[in-house]
Amino acid sequence: MRRIALKSIAFRKTRALLTAMAIVLGVSMISGTYVLTDTIRGAFTDIFTASYQDTSAVISGREIVKDAASGTATVPASVLPRVARLPDVEAAAGAVTSTDGVKLLDESNAALGGKRSDTIAIGVDTSQPRFNPLNLVGGHWAAGPGEVVLDKATAKKQHLEVGDTIRASGPGAGAARYRVTGIARYGKVDSLGGAAIAVFTVPVAQRLAGKAGQLDTISLAARKGVSPERLVREVAPMLPRSAQVKNAADQAAHDAGDVDEFLRFFQYFLLAFAAIALFVGSFVIFNTLSITVAQRAREFATLRTMGASRRQIMRSVLLEGAIIGVLASAAGLALGLGLAKGLTALMRALELELPQAATVFAPRTAIVSMAVGIAITVLATVVPALRATRVPPIAAVREGATVPPSRLGASANGLAVATIAIAVGALVAGSFASGLSTGATLLALGGGVLLLFIGVAMIAPALVRPMAAVVGAPARRLGGSAGALARGNATRNPARTASTAAALMIGLALVTVVATLGAGLRHSVRASLDDQVRADYVVTSEASLPDAATRTGAVPTTLAGVGAASIVLDDRARVLGADTGVDGIDPTALARTYRFTWAAGSSAASLARLRDDGAIVKKSFADKHHLRVGSAMTMTGPSGRRLAVRVRGIHTPPTFDRIQPVLAPVLVSRRAFVATFPRPKLRYAFVALDGNPGAATLAGLRQAVRRFPGTKVQTKDAWVTEQAAGINTLLNLLYVLLALSIVVSLFGMVNTLILAVFERTRELGMLRAIGMSRRQVRRMVRHESTITALIGAGLGLPVGLFLAAIVTRALSDQGLAFAMPVASLAVFVGAAFVAGLVAAIAPARRASRLDVLHALQYE
Amino acid sequence: MSAQPSPPVHTVDIATRPATLAAVPADGRPGATVHARGLSRRYGDGDAVVHALRDVSVDIEEARLTAVMGPSGSGKSTLMHILAGLDRPTSGRVTLAGTEVTALDDNALTKLRREHIGFVFQFFNLLPMLTAEENILLPLSIAGVKPDRAWYEQLVDVVGLRDRLRHRPSEMSGGQQQRVAVARALVSRPSVVFADEPTGNLDSSTVAEILGLLRTSVDTYGQTTVMVTHDPQAAAIADRILFLADGEIVRDVERASARDIVSVIEQLSR
Repeated sequence: MRRIALKSIAFRKTRALLTAMAIVLGVSMISGTYVLTDTIRGAFTDIFTASYQDTSAVISGREIVKDAASGTATVPASVLPRVARLPDVEAAAGAVTSTDGVKLLDESNAALGGKRSDTIAIGVDTSQPRFNPLNLVGGHWAAGPGEVVLDKATAKKQHLEVGDTIRASGPGAGAARYRVTGIARYGKVDSLGGAAIAVFTVPVAQRLAGKAGQLDTISLAARKGVSPERLVREVAPMLPRSAQVKNAADQAAHDAGDVDEFLRFFQYFLLAFAAIALFVGSFVIFNTLSITVAQRAREFATLRTMGASRRQIMRSVLLEGAIIGVLASAAGLALGLGLAKGLTALMRALELELPQAATVFAPRTAIVSMAVGIAITVLATVVPALRATRVPPIAAVREGATVPPSRLGASANGLAVATIAIAVGALVAGSFASGLSTGATLLALGGGVLLLFIGVAMIAPALVRPMAAVVGAPARRLGGSAGALARGNATRNPARTASTAAALMIGLALVTVVATLGAGLRHSVRASLDDQVRADYVVTSEASLPDAATRTGAVPTTLAGVGAASIVLDDRARVLGADTGVDGIDPTALARTYRFTWAAGSSAASLARLRDDGAIVKKSFADKHHLRVGSAMTMTGPSGRRLAVRVRGIHTPPTFDRIQPVLAPVLVSRRAFVATFPRPKLRYAFVALDGNPGAATLAGLRQAVRRFPGTKVQTKDAWVTEQAAGINTLLNLLYVLLALSIVVSLFGMVNTLILAVFERTRELGMLRAIGMSRRQVRRMVRHESTITALIGAGLGLPVGLFLAAIVTRALSDQGLAFAMPVASLAVFVGAAFVAGLVAAIAPARRASRLDVLHALQYE
Repeated sequence: MSAQPSPPVHTVDIATRPATLAAVPADGRPGATVHARGLSRRYGDGDAVVHALRDVSVDIEEARLTAVMGPSGSGKSTLMHILAGLDRPTSGRVTLAGTEVTALDDNALTKLRREHIGFVFQFFNLLPMLTAEENILLPLSIAGVKPDRAWYEQLVDVVGLRDRLRHRPSEMSGGQQQRVAVARALVSRPSVVFADEPTGNLDSSTVAEILGLLRTSVDTYGQTTVMVTHDPQAAAIADRILFLADGEIVRDVERASARDIVSVIEQLSR
């Protein structure tokens, strides 16, 4: 019996191959995800290893506020000579690293490499190469002012060579020229994701980054025989409270921590799509094997007459599934290596570049990919295998033997309705019930979605006939007899059509959810921003502004026509035990450009009373911390500096502001802000005009901000549109990843059609014999395919809209609105139609090429 | 097909066989392999009820070839299906090789099939992905029994397939496929071989070939065989011919020539 399983696969290679494809893609997504994330992790490990190779201990600023715009606290440069004098220290070197704010520019002050070009500016003491994580691959290190070394990837991308000149600016210094004196690599890594690396001397980096007299790290090498731990113990008491010292191993682990956290999230995110593709794949496998088992009914019956037990039949079919699973998983595993490259390219196309180094293929990748692929295939085989065991031996002597109907039979629809009811119940409970743990909520939502798909797939056979009547109507009118036959074929075996369409339904439902939520988010962002911002123009910046600009205001109010220019600076601080966003504002200017909705007891007068020791807070923040007007609180900035304030006013922005806030929860005066936060970021400058907007005013504004690279002026409408489009990158990523599961369902459609053509060989021969042309045969198969695909769309779109409606309703307390993405839905229906046409290509060709005589004799 | 070498087939001169007419015995015969008592089979109910078999009792004797004849709808196939345990009677019982077939569950029936029953089908029912050799040995492989090599080699020679053993069914003619099927039915030395219209899907030139094979298996190896057929030429090789009409055995004939059989059929249809 084992041989029968093996031979059966070898005998029906095409069929096995098509069946396997359903799993290959899902498995390749798993293996690709692991390879990609392992490779990125490997790249970072290289980087961190290189960073601390010859280092015993590292002094660094504490991370007082997580994710602060101005980074972690710095270490006073005066610490360096003191620790360097310690007898146990053999060598010490300070370095400056700025990951935000320094910009590389071309001659016209435009950012090198476009809009999203991040630059990591580093100042290293190249006289002590043991602490230098970078390796020179050409030229020499920057030795004085006006010199810079670039990383290899950036130099290549920007076509820069040693001797060329670029410009750079930063929070501490305006744009100036720098000569490229060398090209370097970070450890063994060519590229650090999309970010450019610019290496300066320490004093230049300090000035550019606005860290004069400050260092980010001091690397220490211990004298021979001195343990890193001993060095740490000796150095620790010499440091200010905002600084810390760690041995090199701990420091490397600390550095890797953030990356690890991101990678883990990224990995789960991609694996979720692998799971979806595999779920769809299991439908396809289930359907294909069900058809195959039905077509092989006589074979199973014959085996039974020869004494094969039910268990042997079961084992044989399961073994076939397992073999297909093994082959498919192995192919998927291999394909994953290619997919990892594809995913990298995808991320790059979506401007989410990741660092690259040698490909890492861990044993875990192979184990998980194989185990999951095989398990899913075998699971999907169980029901068809059970059906095969129910073929009675007497079917061996009957012509046109069929598999007996499922024992569920008449109760199938009832069961389907019950499944859908349970699914909806779980979804509603997961979305609205309070007091559920996160785990229970996720289980209810995930299980609910899964059950909903299964339930709809179960009820679908009952819907195939009416739906085919609707979507098949044009086919009948346009396709004549071929169209009418196609509709008949699609409804001949409703369970089969339903199951094929259901696989497509899943992908379409999920893209519908994405599109609908996306439309809702865009709509809500627009409404929320329009409601709050009253400016005519909005100035935004990607980089920190030079100190001078933040103190004086980047936008000159003296410009003709400008009534008010309100600068909003942004950073995070520790307030009342938690990290919170804090904005620095100009009260009078903001009052003219932002519409405050004051809570009871506050008013516009609160703004006037702000001064340098007051704060305006959002109602949600006040409620959380039990604050009232007059309450006192202290905030600690990223550098450790403190600011004590009293609440002067409480305002209530629209509910959607929670998802996409315009202002931070805490507002303080710009002066108080600048005194507390070392390198604040410009969030916006809202500009209100006295008169009507004019081209001259806009040109004047543009001219005024030109001094600050990475800063742009937009009309309010353009800004609102850009903000609303902010989720588009994410939406596109989701579409591409969900497209994978749609491709899987496409394979299912091809499978079903090819098997149907095979099954109807004799009938097709008869149709050809009575005068049907090859073209008509092709058209018939095509119509059947598009009818199936449109049934998939007819199931998927409503299910998707329903899921999106539930999510929207659950998030309605966040102000999320439901918006029907009509255009997107039309595109999806069109895509389903095209998918049907594509799936029909090979089967239609096969059907039209049947030899009439041969087909008629086919048994 | 004609291009292939002619196999050593034992042909039988059907016309010269003596015809002996005998009465149906009231009781079970000694040496019988299959006993059936009071078999009835109804399909459907109410007005649509069909009586496929009405109170049929019969014994199939050992080492003889019993043919079952009758027009379409006479119940001949139903009788064979019930005797072979493929179908269950509405009432009555069947004993095969000492076991009451009608009382067995699926597992016991499976065991019975492995040990005591061989089948030859009208449409050959070979597994398309297996070679002739693998098809022949399939029943043993299913039962997990080591093949008796000597017996297998002998069978291959008897059916004349030595040069076809590595071929798949799609590479063989209908006659060759049916020879594979006969060898497959015999390989486990079953108590009874049931042949269901074994010549029904063959062209006339190969019919005699297969009939000769069945006859040889009875004569040389004492293989008890039941053959359902509507072909008088096929029935003429039988030791005994049961005629069914409307679900009843209406004649039980010991050896008859094809001509005699045709005349019996004519009598019955009158």
